[in-house]
Amino acid sequence: MLRFVLRRLMSALPTIFIVVTLSFFLMRVAPGGPFNLERPLEPQVLESLKRAFLLDRPLIVQYGHYLWNLLHGDLGPSFIYRDFTVAQLIANSLPYSLTLGAWALMVAVFGGIAIGSYAALKQNSFVDYAVMSIASFGITVPNFVLAPVLSFVFAVVLHWLPAGGWGDGGPANLLLPVISLALPQLAVFARITRGSMIETLRADHIRTARAYGLPTRVVVIVHAMRAALVPAVSYLGPVAAAVLTGSVVVETVFGLPGVGRYFVLGALNRDYTLVMGTVVLISVFIVVFNLIVDILYAVLDPRVRYE
Amino acid sequence: MADTLLDIRGLNVRFSTPTGDVHAVKGIDLTVAKGETLAIVGESGSGKSQTMMALMGLLASNGRVEGSAKFQGEEMIGLPLGKLNRIRGAKITMIFQEPMTSLDPLYRIGKQLAEPMMRHRGLSAKAARARAIELLELVKIPDPERRVDSYPYEMSGGQRQRVMIAMALANDPELLIADEPTTALDVTIQAQILELLAELKQRIGLAIVFISHDLAIVRRFSDRVAVMRTGEVVETGAVADIFANPQHPYTQMLLAAEPTGRKAPPADNAPVLLEGRDVDVRFSMGGGFMGGKKLDIHAVDHVDIRLREGQTIGIVGESGSGKSTLGRALLRLNHGTGAIRFGADDISEASRQEMRRHRRQMQLVFQDPFGSLSPRMTAGQIVTEGLLVHEPQLTKKDRDLRAIKAFMEVGLDPATRNRYPHEFSGGQRQRIAIARAIILKPQVVVLDEPTSALDRSVQKQIVELLRDLQAKHGLSYLFISHDLAVVRALSDYIVVMKSGKIVEEGSTDQIFDAPRETYTRELMAAAFGK
Repeated sequence: MLRFVLRRLMSALPTIFIVVTLSFFLMRVAPGGPFNLERPLEPQVLESLKRAFLLDRPLIVQYGHYLWNLLHGDLGPSFIYRDFTVAQLIANSLPYSLTLGAWALMVAVFGGIAIGSYAALKQNSFVDYAVMSIASFGITVPNFVLAPVLSFVFAVVLHWLPAGGWGDGGPANLLLPVISLALPQLAVFARITRGSMIETLRADHIRTARAYGLPTRVVVIVHAMRAALVPAVSYLGPVAAAVLTGSVVVETVFGLPGVGRYFVLGALNRDYTLVMGTVVLISVFIVVFNLIVDILYAVLDPRVRYE
Repeated sequence: MADTLLDIRGLNVRFSTPTGDVHAVKGIDLTVAKGETLAIVGESGSGKSQTMMALMGLLASNGRVEGSAKFQGEEMIGLPLGKLNRIRGAKITMIFQEPMTSLDPLYRIGKQLAEPMMRHRGLSAKAARARAIELLELVKIPDPERRVDSYPYEMSGGQRQRVMIAMALANDPELLIADEPTTALDVTIQAQILELLAELKQRIGLAIVFISHDLAIVRRFSDRVAVMRTGEVVETGAVADIFANPQHPYTQMLLAAEPTGRKAPPADNAPVLLEGRDVDVRFSMGGGFMGGKKLDIHAVDHVDIRLREGQTIGIVGESGSGKSTLGRALLRLNHGTGAIRFGADDISEASRQEMRRHRRQMQLVFQDPFGSLSPRMTAGQIVTEGLLVHEPQLTKKDRDLRAIKAFMEVGLDPATRNRYPHEFSGGQRQRIAIARAIILKPQVVVLDEPTSALDRSVQKQIVELLRDLQAKHGLSYLFISHDLAVVRALSDYIVVMKSGKIVEEGSTDQIFDAPRETYTRELMAAAFGK
């Protein structure tokens, strides 16, 4: 198993390399640069800034330089927030994104699986249809609609909850962002779980369990749930990465100081190193979570063995 | 009767479907006495399994049951789940047709064996495990202390069925329902499982309901037989009476359904049509980009075979013996090595383009009549598809005429040619597959288990059809099958394969009357109960 993990991490390096290369050059293709401001800078100032950030060198040299630094764990200085390095900016904002993401992920996974299983057990009943309509709603309504609507209703109209900001990071501040971030994913988990649960409940080994007098509770939780979780788990990888590294939209709408906001600001300001830093962070998360998913597979299903 | 264990009266099972209700079991009566073995025999769709599923509360969710089924005097139909669960797995147990999928793939077999014992008898986990090991020993699983910790996927189909039997015996039940317990297994394994059941029955003295479509098995195994057809019991009686003096025409038909007749060998000077020398096929599994261990399978191991004009060679062997792979290698449908000649041409190295010229002469009919026809084409389109490639000059009307001819030849109503495959029965679909092959006027047809998925009575019709077509068109067949009764009726030469090698070959009479190899004798004994 350890060898498998190491090999998987090694084989992720080329992936990250390609992601870094593509985003590096794509960023440079975009018109404008970090120092194109509304009020143009003095030519001398611009020159010295460019020299300081190596922007006067050929692109390939800049690329080599970035890679070399990246290999040493140095994400470089921010072009816009000039008192900070990119690593510092991420370190400051990541805890907020992780907190928000972890809650959203838990709500989505546990809520989705519970709702999906329940709907499967009551297949074609009123409860099933009701639950699945809500799930479809969750999938179709994007969070850039949901988040402002929730904020408007519960903060602006009803004054029950704050409209935004981190505050003390308590439930009042987290509730709306977590719901906005979790609901679409919860809906997907519910649908996947319902589908695989219905299929599993028809399986021969479930018939065996029932034929041997095991109570429904045991049949469902011990025998059906485990098999039904496998497809849901495979969806976990990309979702976890997306949710934990901060939702651009939700953090922006609720004014939360997470990584997602820097990603947007970085892109808008052509803050090359900041965008690169967040891209690297997200790709590492995706790799790690896909690895966790593969390990979970082996835990759930003894037939899966990695050498 | 005082010793009646199970008393079924007026049992009805209906399934609601989008196209209306299906009346699967039509008010049947059945009884099982203590210690007795009742065989319920019938073809697919006769309602034999659904009767027992209804009794056990295991019908699909669209199924409804009416009538009465008393077990030890207690009414089972409509029994609340809690009470039912005290009987299921304790007093009545079941083994199923599908040994590969009936055990939970995610748990060790020891845990699955222990679960019902802990539930019904309140055994501790430790005691249940000890008893599980004993049971594995009873059903003759070697090395039970170690195997108790195996997962189902680590065991063969036969072993899994033994585990199911162990599970069924764990709580000393009164009644065991065995639903086609050997159908999915190879013949030699089948014989071992039946022997085990017979032995256990004698030792433990439990009553068995044995559901089967195979009369040969039933004869050796049961006390009484109930013959079912389209949801009704058409005849019941002691096993000897049913076999000696069947009353109902359907029973008589089932008894006569074993394919009969023999095929005469072709003339000695008949030219060789298809010849493979030193045919060798290997598959490798695993490996690839992510590494991992590579597994090489030697599917066909240096085999020589010669098929003459008008000849039928039966290739027999158990699953995994390489018989299908050999058939495909001779048609150049996989990556084998060796010299293959078709007529006067050496086709061992022929390219895809060169092979196309020969393809119409060599056709293939598959085992699965459900999977091998495209569900999105009409039967007529399926049958004439090959003509588009091999006779592109034909007009649509010409092709339609050819389809009508082909349909009549295989005994299908030409008016049905615009229907889709799902509207046909299994036997009819196999006729469509045969029509698709013969419409091209081939010389060789490889028949890969064409009758294995069919009921006995339908099998017999397909065997007769194949024989007629051969006589009419001078076809040569390579007939791949594990079913020795069908092979005997159709082939004039037989090749017995095991682990990729030919272990014995000879004329049909030779092989059936005087098999030399132990393996061939085992196959015979298992198939014909000698």
